[in-house]
Amino acid sequence: MATNEIPLWEVFIRPRNGLAHKHCGSVHATDEEMAIQAARDVYTRRGEGTSIWVVPSAAITASDPEHKDENFEPALSKVYRHPTFYKIPDDVGHM
Amino acid sequence: MYSQGLIGAKTETEEDEAFLARFQARIDAEEKIEPNDPMPEGYRRTLVRQIGQHAHSEIVGMLPEGNWITRAPSLKRKAALLAKVQDEGGHGLYLYCAAETLGVSREEMTEELLSGKAKYSSIFNYPTLTWADIGAIGWLVDGAAIMNQIPLCRCSYGPYARAMIRVCKEESFHQRQGYEIMMTLAGGTPEQKELAQDALNRWWWPSLMMFGPHDSASQHGDQSMKWKIKRFTNDELRQKFVDATVPQGEYLGLTFPDPDLKWNEDKQGYDFGAIDWDEFWRVVKGGGSMNRERIAVRRKAWEDGAWVREAALAHADKRRARREASKMAAE
Repeated sequence: MATNEIPLWEVFIRPRNGLAHKHCGSVHATDEEMAIQAARDVYTRRGEGTSIWVVPSAAITASDPEHKDENFEPALSKVYRHPTFYKIPDDVGHM
Repeated sequence: MYSQGLIGAKTETEEDEAFLARFQARIDAEEKIEPNDPMPEGYRRTLVRQIGQHAHSEIVGMLPEGNWITRAPSLKRKAALLAKVQDEGGHGLYLYCAAETLGVSREEMTEELLSGKAKYSSIFNYPTLTWADIGAIGWLVDGAAIMNQIPLCRCSYGPYARAMIRVCKEESFHQRQGYEIMMTLAGGTPEQKELAQDALNRWWWPSLMMFGPHDSASQHGDQSMKWKIKRFTNDELRQKFVDATVPQGEYLGLTFPDPDLKWNEDKQGYDFGAIDWDEFWRVVKGGGSMNRERIAVRRKAWEDGAWVREAALAHADKRRARREASKMAAE
């Protein structure tokens, strides 16, 4: 039995051209080529994609959920960043 | 079936009241819990156990059906069965991947399956004796699995819910191909119809057991319902399954091996006979006719594949070393 663990890769699939790659899960593989093959077998058995990205899971830096409030709350309190904050008379028409 | 995964699970936690109340408020507000969110240890442990055992069930579930791939009666049936077994493998992988987001490694989970520490659904410890069993498994076993898995698509833990959405989309093909096999056999020669009836006789009760113990005997159901890991109790799901399946069996012109099975106008559902819980516990605890063989086969596959895993790792190391050497030479 191998003592070292086989690395984990995060898988991103583009369903079709015109859409962004979207995270769909992960696979274990020893290198990028095998990661792509495994991702194809595991995540695209029914035409779910036309393009695959694989990224070593260890290479992803994520924001800390504990800091959710200070990171994202300011965006919620700035209502003037949204078009609905500004009152335009109906007579002006669609804007 | 995956509520069987909670048998023996420790759901108690040691966090303070305020933390638990905050967590419960998020659950009650139908917020999804994501991998790095703070969560009670009991919630994490319950999920690791349930998702792990669900994954193991998919992996072991490939074995009873794999048994008939080389003997499928036509090319069409063989292609469908191969695709189905490949799907089961895929489902196992989606689920392992969801469990890994909770901080358990694939190696640990594999080790627990092979050592017998982790359980998998009792249904896979019954043998597939005839081709009709492949029909009955698709129709009944996958049918019961769908009944269990559809509410899991709304599970409070995001990665599990997302994996279940993919799984459910694919399971529908499994059930329909199984029912089609049953229809073909039930409409065939008297011998073929007899095969279909025999398969239904053997798989009916084990399929009902897939939903796990009676609610009154299910120790951890309440906490799982409160955390919205489960949305329905074992008995509720079992009743739904019986109500959906009996008319399908009648359409086939087959009978169910239960003299107490009859429509109850008042409850708008079927009444059915008592489940043999002694058999259930015997099979869960390793006394089914196939328990030993299933694990032996998995262990052999794991051990026989060791050289492949080692060679792939060595190859990746060699390529990495070469890349670094050529980069150094270029500098």
